[in-house]
Amino acid sequence: MGTPGRSDGWLPHLVLTVGVVVFAFPIYFALIGSSHDAASIATGRMPLWPGPHALANYWQALTGGSGLRISAAPVGRQMLNSLFMAVGIAVGKIAISVLSAYAVVFFQFPLRRTCFWMIFITLMLPVEVRIIPTYKVVSDLGMINTMAGLTIPLIASATATLLFRQVFLTIPDELTEAAKIDGAGPMRFFWQIVLPLSKTNIAALFVILFIYGWNQYLWPLLITTDRQMETVVIGIVKMIGTSDAQTDWNIIMATAMLAMLPPVAVVVFLQHWFVKGLVEPEK
Amino acid sequence: MRRRVIFPNKVLPYVLLAPQLAVTLVFFFWPAAQALYQSVLIQDPFGLRTQFVWFENFQAILTDPLYLGSARVTLLFSGAVTLLAMSLGLLFAAMADAGIRHTRLYRTLLMWPYAVAPAVAASLWLFVFHPSIGVLGRRLNALGIPWDYKLNGAQALLLVILASAWKQVSYNFLFFLAGLQAVPRAIVEAASIDAGPARRFWSIVFPLLSPTTFFLLVVNLVYAFFETFGVIHALTGGGPVKATETLIYKVYSDGVINLDLGSSSAQSVVLMAIVIGLTAVQFRFVERKVHY
Repeated sequence: MGTPGRSDGWLPHLVLTVGVVVFAFPIYFALIGSSHDAASIATGRMPLWPGPHALANYWQALTGGSGLRISAAPVGRQMLNSLFMAVGIAVGKIAISVLSAYAVVFFQFPLRRTCFWMIFITLMLPVEVRIIPTYKVVSDLGMINTMAGLTIPLIASATATLLFRQVFLTIPDELTEAAKIDGAGPMRFFWQIVLPLSKTNIAALFVILFIYGWNQYLWPLLITTDRQMETVVIGIVKMIGTSDAQTDWNIIMATAMLAMLPPVAVVVFLQHWFVKGLVEPEK
Repeated sequence: MRRRVIFPNKVLPYVLLAPQLAVTLVFFFWPAAQALYQSVLIQDPFGLRTQFVWFENFQAILTDPLYLGSARVTLLFSGAVTLLAMSLGLLFAAMADAGIRHTRLYRTLLMWPYAVAPAVAASLWLFVFHPSIGVLGRRLNALGIPWDYKLNGAQALLLVILASAWKQVSYNFLFFLAGLQAVPRAIVEAASIDAGPARRFWSIVFPLLSPTTFFLLVVNLVYAFFETFGVIHALTGGGPVKATETLIYKVYSDGVINLDLGSSSAQSVVLMAIVIGLTAVQFRFVERKVHY
């Protein structure tokens, strides 16, 4: 809306600047912490400005694992695991949702409503409330410590299906009619008309789902018992979990910075798609 | 809503639906049914014998002081996170929408915490508030304020609330900002003739935002209930003495750590009822598009 006839007041700028600074301060300390050696942090004498050990810390985190005390995979490997999981979940969710929404909107068949409701109900069954039985299913299927086990149980999505259904309902009947008269079958219509028309929605949804996938915690915590399969978010918490006095806080903070870099970069650089993907499905 | 023009294929729609339905059946419906089934059974610790016990598990958890304590922690935690995250989100959105320059820059600088994983957010806050090495935790102790979230339950709860709300403000900010930008200019202009900015906001703009506010209320409660597991697991592990053990955390610790399947399943079923309730409320509202 914008306040009419008012020039820049100082109050909004003050409030927002304070907000920005307060919100950034944990990151600032993480950045500082990742540039000092473990000893100066452990003694509680960490300066409030950057130190000289940044390169060494990040290099050790990426290649050497967590201070070599525990048998964790190097953070480089953990980040690859996170990347595969995030992309797998995003692509998987979009693929199966686009197909099922297409079926529900463009076909008439027995049990159509039932199928739609079955998908809809998954909204009410977040993984957190069915942890143990779902874990048992995955373990019976031999999917523990596999990328399939990390991704497939999370890709059913009512929200993505509902979103694509909304998008498809806006495609005018005339267009479908014209395509049918021109002899296009349903799959040709899907590839050449429906998918290109949904491009922007797919891009926006991908950004949201990438972040969702990258930030998963409870599920990978259960599914990865092999430390080579751990994601970076799990890896960092396990580093903290080791004995308190000997914790290599410099490496942990370097890992924290690395762990948030990809999703934060996606949000900041793909801001347009991010905001669209976040706010629009709810309108 | 139904389309008039459809394709006549009889088999193809089922093929298209198959992947989604397969995942849904195997990983959603079957486990949910298992949780329901397990919740009316008691299994001995070695898994050798199971007994059907009707609602004994539910009766047990609903009369268990530990469970009720966890429910109280959850209410306090969720209420505080929701209130804090929503009021800060609204404040920043109102300021960013006050007709100032650089709105987009502020938006960029305020929205990125959304992308930080809850467990990573926890590690950042841990580093700041650690009683012996944290920049602020150490200062507090040096100033004579005893600060140790590992011993003091209230401080632990405060810390998980702050870390959880920190992450959620950006979400609320973006939705409130979108909501504010959709308020018709003419209404605000008309109101500005005889009302100051504060009054104009609370009596004209805020009521117009009620659909957004209500939607965010549900989303924030769901977030505080279910998605903060990572924050709590990484920061406090539910402690000290269960001071930060929310219902979700208790399902995890009873089921995964203590392997008490009956009780954990009964707790899962209670949580399912809560999600179904929240989702139903949300969709009722979305269907009707309630306005002031």
